[in-house]
Amino acid sequence: MKPHGYALDATFAALADPTRRAILARLADGEATVTQLAAPFDMSQPAISKHLKVLERAGLITRGREAQRRPRKLEPRPLAEATDWIERHRKIWEANYKRLDAVLEELKGKQKKAVDALIEDVKPRPKKRKRQ
Amino acid sequence: MTKTAPLTVATPTDREVVITRVVDAPRGMVFDAHTKPDLVRRWLLGPPGWTMPVCEIDLRVGGKYRYVWKHADGQAMGMGGTFTEVVRPSRIAATQLFDEDWTGGETRVITEIVEQSGKSTITTTVRYASREARDAALQTGMTTGMEAGYERLEELLRETTHA
Repeated sequence: MKPHGYALDATFAALADPTRRAILARLADGEATVTQLAAPFDMSQPAISKHLKVLERAGLITRGREAQRRPRKLEPRPLAEATDWIERHRKIWEANYKRLDAVLEELKGKQKKAVDALIEDVKPRPKKRKRQ
Repeated sequence: MTKTAPLTVATPTDREVVITRVVDAPRGMVFDAHTKPDLVRRWLLGPPGWTMPVCEIDLRVGGKYRYVWKHADGQAMGMGGTFTEVVRPSRIAATQLFDEDWTGGETRVITEIVEQSGKSTITTTVRYASREARDAALQTGMTTGMEAGYERLEELLRETTHA
Protein backbone atom coordinates (compact mmCIF):
# COMPACT_ATOMS: atom_id res chain seq x y z
CA MET A 1 0.00 0.00 0.00
CA LYS A 2 1.82 3.03 -1.20
CA PRO A 3 -0.80 5.69 -1.74
CA HIS A 4 -0.52 7.33 1.69
CA GLY A 5 2.41 9.56 0.90
CA TYR A 6 1.08 10.34 -2.51
CA ALA A 7 -2.35 11.17 -1.18
CA LEU A 8 -0.87 13.45 1.46
CA ASP A 9 1.14 15.19 -1.18
CA ALA A 10 -2.05 15.97 -3.06
CA THR A 11 -3.64 17.17 0.16
CA PHE A 12 -0.82 19.61 0.93
CA ALA A 13 -0.71 20.82 -2.66
CA ALA A 14 -4.45 21.45 -2.56
CA LEU A 15 -4.10 23.31 0.74
CA ALA A 16 -1.35 25.55 -0.63
CA ASP A 17 -3.89 27.93 -2.17
CA PRO A 18 -5.81 30.55 -0.13
CA THR A 19 -9.01 30.31 -2.20
CA ARG A 20 -9.13 26.57 -1.74
CA ARG A 21 -8.55 26.94 2.00
CA ALA A 22 -11.40 29.44 2.16
CA ILE A 23 -13.63 26.99 0.29
CA LEU A 24 -12.75 24.25 2.77
CA ALA A 25 -13.41 26.56 5.69
CA ARG A 26 -16.83 27.33 4.24
CA LEU A 27 -17.56 23.63 3.72
CA ALA A 28 -16.61 22.90 7.30
CA ASP A 29 -19.87 24.69 8.18
CA GLY A 30 -21.89 22.39 5.93
CA GLU A 31 -22.34 21.41 2.28
CA ALA A 32 -22.80 24.07 -0.40
CA THR A 33 -23.44 24.38 -4.12
CA VAL A 34 -20.93 25.82 -6.59
CA THR A 35 -22.99 29.02 -6.78
CA GLN A 36 -22.96 29.37 -3.01
CA LEU A 37 -19.24 28.68 -2.88
CA ALA A 38 -18.50 31.20 -5.62
CA ALA A 39 -20.54 33.98 -3.98
CA PRO A 40 -17.92 35.38 -1.56
CA PHE A 41 -15.16 35.40 -4.18
CA ASP A 42 -14.51 37.81 -6.99
CA MET A 43 -14.21 34.89 -9.35
CA SER A 44 -16.12 33.29 -12.17
CA GLN A 45 -17.88 29.99 -11.61
CA PRO A 46 -15.49 28.18 -13.97
CA ALA A 47 -12.55 29.48 -11.91
CA ILE A 48 -14.19 28.21 -8.72
CA SER A 49 -14.97 24.92 -10.45
CA LYS A 50 -11.27 24.53 -11.23
CA HIS A 51 -10.41 24.90 -7.56
CA LEU A 52 -13.16 22.45 -6.66
CA LYS A 53 -11.67 19.95 -9.08
CA VAL A 54 -8.28 20.18 -7.35
CA LEU A 55 -9.93 19.69 -3.96
CA GLU A 56 -11.92 16.78 -5.33
CA ARG A 57 -8.86 15.11 -6.80
CA ALA A 58 -7.12 15.43 -3.45
CA GLY A 59 -10.11 13.69 -1.89
CA LEU A 60 -10.82 16.71 0.29
CA ILE A 61 -14.37 17.17 -1.01
CA THR A 62 -17.03 15.06 -2.68
CA ARG A 63 -20.23 15.82 -4.62
CA GLY A 64 -23.68 15.15 -3.34
CA ARG A 65 -26.09 12.99 -5.32
CA GLU A 66 -28.80 15.56 -5.97
CA ALA A 67 -28.67 15.86 -9.75
CA GLN A 68 -29.37 19.56 -10.01
CA ARG A 69 -27.49 21.15 -7.16
CA ARG A 70 -24.67 18.66 -6.67
CA PRO A 71 -23.64 20.23 -3.38
CA ARG A 72 -19.99 19.86 -2.39
CA LYS A 73 -19.20 18.26 0.92
CA LEU A 74 -16.03 18.24 3.03
CA GLU A 75 -14.33 14.86 3.44
CA PRO A 76 -12.60 14.93 6.80
CA ARG A 77 -10.26 11.98 6.36
CA PRO A 78 -7.44 13.35 4.18
CA LEU A 79 -7.45 16.56 6.19
CA ALA A 80 -7.24 14.55 9.37
CA GLU A 81 -4.25 12.70 7.95
CA ALA A 82 -2.54 15.95 7.03
CA THR A 83 -3.22 17.50 10.43
CA ASP A 84 -2.10 14.31 12.10
CA TRP A 85 1.25 14.56 10.37
CA ILE A 86 1.58 18.23 11.30
CA GLU A 87 0.55 17.37 14.85
CA ARG A 88 3.38 14.85 15.18
CA HIS A 89 5.87 17.49 14.11
CA ARG A 90 4.32 19.99 16.44
CA LYS A 91 4.52 17.73 19.48
CA ILE A 92 8.20 17.00 18.94
CA TRP A 93 9.07 20.65 18.37
CA GLU A 94 6.95 21.85 21.24
CA ALA A 95 8.81 19.56 23.63
CA ASN A 96 12.14 20.72 22.20
CA TYR A 97 11.29 24.39 22.49
CA LYS A 98 10.07 24.00 26.06
CA ARG A 99 13.48 22.65 26.94
CA LEU A 100 15.10 25.44 24.93
CA ASP A 101 13.12 27.98 27.02
CA ALA A 102 14.64 26.48 30.17
CA VAL A 103 18.17 26.59 28.70
CA LEU A 104 17.71 30.25 27.69
CA GLU A 105 16.35 31.18 31.13
CA GLU A 106 19.45 29.67 32.67
CA LEU A 107 21.73 31.58 30.26
CA LYS A 108 19.92 34.81 31.07
CA GLY A 109 20.36 34.10 34.77
CA LYS A 110 24.08 33.53 34.28
CA GLN A 111 24.44 36.68 32.20
CA LYS A 112 22.61 38.72 34.82
CA LYS A 113 24.83 37.37 37.56
CA ALA A 114 27.94 38.22 35.54
CA VAL A 115 26.69 41.75 34.88
CA ASP A 116 25.73 42.22 38.54
CA ALA A 117 29.17 41.05 39.63
CA LEU A 118 30.75 43.51 37.21
CA ILE A 119 28.66 46.38 38.55
CA GLU A 120 29.57 45.30 42.05
CA ASP A 121 33.24 45.50 41.08
CA VAL A 122 32.97 48.91 39.44
CA LYS A 123 30.97 50.62 42.16
CA PRO A 124 31.51 48.88 45.43
CA ARG A 125 28.84 49.75 47.88
CA PRO A 126 29.78 50.71 51.41
CA LYS A 127 27.58 48.04 52.88
CA LYS A 128 25.89 44.98 51.53
CA ARG A 129 22.24 44.81 52.22
CA LYS A 130 21.29 42.10 54.59
CA ARG A 131 18.81 39.57 53.44
CA GLN A 132 15.81 39.09 55.64
CA MET B 1 6.53 30.32 34.08
CA THR B 2 6.64 32.86 31.29
CA LYS B 3 3.96 32.71 28.68
CA THR B 4 5.29 32.00 25.21
CA ALA B 5 3.80 32.45 21.78
CA PRO B 6 2.46 29.26 20.26
CA LEU B 7 4.45 27.15 17.92
CA THR B 8 3.29 27.14 14.32
CA VAL B 9 3.89 24.42 11.77
CA ALA B 10 3.12 25.25 8.15
CA THR B 11 3.57 23.61 4.77
CA PRO B 12 3.99 26.54 2.39
CA THR B 13 5.14 24.39 -0.54
CA ASP B 14 5.01 20.68 -1.28
CA ARG B 15 8.68 20.30 -0.35
CA GLU B 16 8.82 22.33 2.83
CA VAL B 17 7.81 22.30 6.45
CA VAL B 18 8.25 25.57 8.36
CA ILE B 19 8.28 25.71 12.15
CA THR B 20 8.11 29.07 13.92
CA ARG B 21 8.45 29.85 17.62
CA VAL B 22 9.16 32.96 19.70
CA VAL B 23 11.48 32.66 22.69
CA ASP B 24 12.11 35.20 25.40
CA ALA B 25 15.83 35.79 24.85
CA PRO B 26 18.17 37.85 22.67
CA ARG B 27 19.24 36.19 19.45
CA GLY B 28 22.91 35.81 20.39
CA MET B 29 21.83 33.48 23.14
CA VAL B 30 19.43 31.65 20.87
CA PHE B 31 22.19 31.22 18.30
CA ASP B 32 24.46 29.76 21.00
CA ALA B 33 21.71 27.39 22.08
CA HIS B 34 21.57 26.10 18.49
CA THR B 35 25.32 25.80 17.94
CA LYS B 36 27.09 24.98 21.21
CA PRO B 37 27.02 21.20 21.84
CA ASP B 38 26.65 21.53 25.63
CA LEU B 39 23.50 23.59 25.08
CA VAL B 40 22.11 21.78 22.02
CA ARG B 41 22.12 18.36 23.69
CA ARG B 42 19.96 19.69 26.49
CA TRP B 43 16.97 20.56 24.36
CA LEU B 44 17.13 19.04 20.85
CA LEU B 45 15.79 15.70 22.00
CA GLY B 46 12.38 15.07 20.44
CA PRO B 47 9.93 12.69 22.10
CA PRO B 48 10.34 11.68 25.76
CA GLY B 49 12.91 9.05 26.64
CA TRP B 50 15.68 10.22 24.31
CA THR B 51 19.07 11.62 25.22
CA MET B 52 21.82 12.92 22.96
CA PRO B 53 25.13 11.26 23.86
CA VAL B 54 26.86 12.48 20.68
CA CYS B 55 26.69 16.13 19.68
CA GLU B 56 29.63 17.38 17.62
CA ILE B 57 29.51 20.72 15.84
CA ASP B 58 32.24 22.22 13.66
CA LEU B 59 30.59 25.58 13.18
CA ARG B 60 31.88 27.01 9.92
CA VAL B 61 30.84 26.86 6.29
CA GLY B 62 31.89 23.40 5.10
CA GLY B 63 32.16 22.17 8.70
CA LYS B 64 30.29 19.06 9.76
CA TYR B 65 27.98 18.22 12.61
CA ARG B 66 26.96 14.88 14.00
CA TYR B 67 24.12 14.06 16.38
CA VAL B 68 23.28 10.68 17.88
CA TRP B 69 20.23 10.13 20.06
CA LYS B 70 19.68 7.15 22.32
CA HIS B 71 16.47 5.92 23.82
CA ALA B 72 16.19 4.37 27.26
CA ASP B 73 15.09 1.13 25.56
CA GLY B 74 18.35 0.85 23.61
CA GLN B 75 17.31 2.30 20.25
CA ALA B 76 19.72 4.72 18.64
CA MET B 77 19.29 7.25 15.86
CA GLY B 78 22.06 9.18 14.15
CA MET B 79 22.09 12.16 11.87
CA GLY B 80 24.63 14.54 10.42
CA GLY B 81 25.41 17.04 7.74
CA THR B 82 27.48 19.97 6.58
CA PHE B 83 26.99 23.66 7.29
CA THR B 84 26.37 25.70 4.16
CA GLU B 85 25.79 29.08 5.85
CA VAL B 86 26.83 30.30 9.28
CA VAL B 87 25.92 33.90 10.07
CA ARG B 88 26.09 34.71 13.75
CA PRO B 89 23.60 35.52 15.27
CA SER B 90 20.93 35.34 12.61
CA ARG B 91 21.19 32.39 10.27
CA ILE B 92 22.37 28.80 10.00
CA ALA B 93 21.87 26.55 6.99
CA ALA B 94 22.95 22.94 6.79
CA THR B 95 22.36 19.70 4.98
CA GLN B 96 20.82 16.89 6.98
CA LEU B 97 20.96 13.17 6.45
CA PHE B 98 19.76 10.46 8.80
CA ASP B 99 21.88 7.32 9.14
CA GLU B 100 18.87 5.21 8.41
CA ASP B 101 17.56 7.45 5.75
CA TRP B 102 13.83 7.37 5.26
CA THR B 103 13.54 10.50 3.16
CA GLY B 104 15.35 9.12 0.13
CA GLY B 105 17.77 12.01 -0.05
CA GLU B 106 19.48 14.89 1.62
CA THR B 107 17.36 17.45 3.36
CA ARG B 108 18.23 21.11 3.94
CA VAL B 109 17.49 22.83 7.20
CA ILE B 110 17.60 26.62 7.47
CA THR B 111 17.31 28.30 10.86
CA GLU B 112 16.69 32.05 10.98
CA ILE B 113 16.65 34.09 14.16
CA VAL B 114 15.09 37.55 14.23
CA GLU B 115 15.14 39.67 17.38
CA GLN B 116 12.60 42.25 18.40
CA SER B 117 12.37 43.94 21.81
CA GLY B 118 14.54 41.31 23.42
CA LYS B 119 12.52 38.38 22.07
CA SER B 120 13.64 36.17 19.23
CA THR B 121 11.59 34.51 16.53
CA ILE B 122 13.09 31.23 15.38
CA THR B 123 12.01 30.10 11.93
CA THR B 124 13.16 26.64 10.90
CA THR B 125 12.59 25.58 7.32
CA VAL B 126 13.00 21.90 6.50
CA ARG B 127 13.29 21.49 2.76
CA TYR B 128 13.15 17.99 1.37
CA ALA B 129 15.27 17.12 -1.65
CA SER B 130 12.44 16.12 -3.92
CA ARG B 131 8.82 15.34 -4.06
CA GLU B 132 9.69 11.65 -3.58
CA ALA B 133 11.75 12.55 -0.53
CA ARG B 134 8.91 14.39 1.05
CA ASP B 135 6.46 11.66 0.17
CA ALA B 136 8.67 9.19 2.01
CA ALA B 137 8.99 11.53 4.98
CA LEU B 138 5.26 12.01 5.03
CA GLN B 139 4.70 8.27 5.03
CA THR B 140 6.76 7.56 8.12
CA GLY B 141 4.72 7.27 11.22
CA MET B 142 1.49 7.95 9.41
CA THR B 143 -1.38 6.86 11.56
CA THR B 144 -4.93 6.86 10.38
CA GLY B 145 -6.15 9.83 12.37
CA MET B 146 -9.54 9.20 10.83
CA GLU B 147 -11.46 10.03 13.95
CA ALA B 148 -9.90 13.47 14.15
CA GLY B 149 -12.70 15.66 13.02
CA TYR B 150 -13.48 19.12 11.90
CA GLU B 151 -12.15 20.91 14.96
CA ARG B 152 -8.59 20.64 13.69
CA LEU B 153 -9.51 22.03 10.31
CA GLU B 154 -9.69 25.60 11.44
CA GLU B 155 -6.31 25.35 13.10
CA LEU B 156 -4.71 23.88 10.03
CA LEU B 157 -6.25 26.45 7.76
CA ARG B 158 -5.12 29.27 9.99
CA GLU B 159 -1.58 27.99 10.03
CA THR B 160 -1.28 27.37 6.34
CA THR B 161 -2.78 30.81 5.70
CA HIS B 162 -0.01 32.51 7.65
CA ALA B 163 2.65 30.63 5.74
